[in-house]
Amino acid sequence: MATMLKREGFLKLTGALGAGLTLGFTLDRKAEAAAPAAVFVPNAYLRIAPENTVTIFCSKSEMGQGIAMGLSTVIAEELDYPVERARIEFAVAAPEYVDPVNHTQGTGGSYSTDHLFDYLRKLGATARAMLVAAAAEKWGVAPSSIVTKGDGFVYHPPSGRSASYGEIALLAAAQPVPERVTLKSPDRFTQIGKRLARYDIPAKVDGRAVYGMDVRLPGMLYASVQRPPVFGGRVVRYDAGKTLSVKGVKRVVAISSGVAVLADNSWSAAQGRYALAVTYDDGPLAQLSSKEIYAQAEALLKKPGIPARNEGNIEAALAGGRTYEAVYRGPYLAHAAMEPMNATAWIHDGICEVWAPTQGQTAALKVAASVTGLPESRIKVYTTFLGGGFGRKSEPDAVREAVEIAKATGLPVKVVWTREDDIQHDFYRSTSTNAISAALDSSGKIVGLKHRVVSASIFRRLGRLPADGLDNGSVNGAANVFYDIPNIFVDFVDHEPGIPVGFLRAPGANWNTFVTESFIDELAHAAARDPYLFRRAHLQKQPRALAVLDAAAHKAGWDRPLPTGIHRGIAMCVWDGSFCAIVAEIAVNGKMPDVRRLVIASDTGLVVNPDTVEAQLQSAAIYGLTAALRGKITIERGRVTQNNFYDYAMVRHNEAPKIETVLIASRERPTGVGELATPPVAPAVANAWFAATGKRLRSLPFSDAALT
Amino acid sequence: MISITINGVTHELDVAPEMPLLWAIRDVVGLTGTKFGCGVAECGCCTVHLDGNAVRSCSTSCAQAHGKNVTTIDAAAHYGEHKTIVQKLQQAWIAEQVPQCGYCQSGQIMQAAALLAKTPRPSDEQIRTVMAGNICRCGAYQRIQAAIKRAAGMTA
Repeated sequence: MATMLKREGFLKLTGALGAGLTLGFTLDRKAEAAAPAAVFVPNAYLRIAPENTVTIFCSKSEMGQGIAMGLSTVIAEELDYPVERARIEFAVAAPEYVDPVNHTQGTGGSYSTDHLFDYLRKLGATARAMLVAAAAEKWGVAPSSIVTKGDGFVYHPPSGRSASYGEIALLAAAQPVPERVTLKSPDRFTQIGKRLARYDIPAKVDGRAVYGMDVRLPGMLYASVQRPPVFGGRVVRYDAGKTLSVKGVKRVVAISSGVAVLADNSWSAAQGRYALAVTYDDGPLAQLSSKEIYAQAEALLKKPGIPARNEGNIEAALAGGRTYEAVYRGPYLAHAAMEPMNATAWIHDGICEVWAPTQGQTAALKVAASVTGLPESRIKVYTTFLGGGFGRKSEPDAVREAVEIAKATGLPVKVVWTREDDIQHDFYRSTSTNAISAALDSSGKIVGLKHRVVSASIFRRLGRLPADGLDNGSVNGAANVFYDIPNIFVDFVDHEPGIPVGFLRAPGANWNTFVTESFIDELAHAAARDPYLFRRAHLQKQPRALAVLDAAAHKAGWDRPLPTGIHRGIAMCVWDGSFCAIVAEIAVNGKMPDVRRLVIASDTGLVVNPDTVEAQLQSAAIYGLTAALRGKITIERGRVTQNNFYDYAMVRHNEAPKIETVLIASRERPTGVGELATPPVAPAVANAWFAATGKRLRSLPFSDAALT
Repeated sequence: MISITINGVTHELDVAPEMPLLWAIRDVVGLTGTKFGCGVAECGCCTVHLDGNAVRSCSTSCAQAHGKNVTTIDAAAHYGEHKTIVQKLQQAWIAEQVPQCGYCQSGQIMQAAALLAKTPRPSDEQIRTVMAGNICRCGAYQRIQAAIKRAAGMTA
């Protein structure tokens, strides 16, 4: 029977996962393989066991955004089972867990709920229907007479009989899978939309939660890797003489990214690594500097790009009105998740096991298969909790290192990056140089907007650039400007200085929104209009955007006078179908803004967990604020000059503004929230800065401008 | 040999005296609740209690901890002079739904415990100042502040 076969195959995977993070995992797996429990596995996301345990498998990475709780709530809602009683586990990397929309197993773009909401509801509803059918069979009654009440039991009210889901799990497993199921009407949701407490928080307040950094295997060694400091450089030779005399150091091996030092603890590995004498070939970027990169971009500004949006006749529009133009320049950014990059690998008995805090399970699987030469079915990728991701952990570079070292040594190995490694060997948010211009008509309306984006292409690096050369990610926040403007032209100029670039919270939009929303503010002032009302006037065809803008302005008290010394600015964005507007209130503290209050309004469609949405708005805003105030990676002599948090500084508790949130109630399909509030923060603060000082900031971060 | 008592258990450790306490706790003893974030006492992820005082274990050598009592997040609700405070903080952290990724929260709670031990009813400004050494990249600062006040019995 097909379902039985699938179930058995699945059990093997879950057996390895369930115990995969403990010391005794080998024994546990053998025990499970020896006595495969009979369970109801209606699909890869659910397991219901006779002892009445419901396990939900989360295919997405939990990096703080609350997705494991959110998705589990969605499936539990339709299963009609209290999510707080379910056991939630992270799915292994496997074909049954690829995203149904983009066909890869990974987490990014704020699309998890968007992509999985209906999919998981159907899976939950299907399982419930099979449990109902099982109860009907057991009691010899019509399925239509069976009800569930959200407590994990099936009931037959006429006879007063009831059974737990566990009691009828095996009978349910024998039911045919229904082709059609009825989903709950949203007004009957009992869990979706509620402020349910996150299941993972108790383990995150007493040290029990296992991150990639915390994986420990018997006999495991810790590795620290010395990489060429210059991008595109390579190791020519190394002398490990001093390294091998460092207490705790066991082995030194060359891998594709550099020289790995293995020791019986992380610190000794790093000390051994610092004792290496390495000769590098610095390669063609040995003299590259940020100054040179900006000069390249400046020249490219004059080059026509690849059109990303072309509506109306931009040249005629610009020729006909009062025109304004500006150039904006943005720096590289590193992600700086609190948990530095790491991965653990062990190749044994014809399989390769990988434990990683990864956002990219498919990418990790493919890298491990390519390094080991094993088929993907022999690669087991176990996802741990992630100590932050922000896009960085979608890259499989640390996994590659771990697997290469495991292959070279035959040992279980954990690669641990230092903070310096993490900052100096990132895939950076690209620099961007943007030329933007617009024309206003006599009534103060924007009649034309032209925007050229010069930046590096992430998709080209990944080999996924479309034939026309347009990287849609690079123009996010520019091409999808949502104001009513009759003539719009946006183009993209691909700029490749050689620095590796990658996805960082709200890619593209996290910079381009600063440009568009600052420039809209410039135009509002040019038109002598209030910046909020000026935006309003251009949003009459965008009811959701308008409602969000109004909500933020209303909550902030935009029409009320501010206390002396406080100034405000407003900005907004669209991200993955969601809308966000932010009002920033600042004081002037010398040459830096002191951000006192952020009011954030969002429309993310139907909200699965309001508390999580609020947390994500707060989170994304602070992330954007760090970038606005201090975020800057500098290149000198082909390498990154920043080292650690002392020269790549973060917004800290004492600088954190008061944040107030407004969630628009919506029945629209649920859309992204994890990145949504990052793009509008910088322009809201910069617009407040202009209101306070009359100075327009066209580059970030503020800390740089303060130096001049 | 270095002798350190961690969560009530005395460990005789054959480690270099200059090894940071963090790595003895995590890699040698195997208690992973204390996190590595920066290695230079800039982020606070690795905060533990050394004879009751909050220290950055990444920048405290094993030699400095020799003969002393160390309490880590793994058992801070059960051992150590601040265990009652830690229990209250953990309950407050859950009530305020503070952690997102959670990686910095061990250090945040250990730092907050040291704050409340010294200042049972801290002002907002005292919280902001003392907690400024603990970076949270998820930006949970507002909830951290609320949770500390809740644990201190100061919830509005």
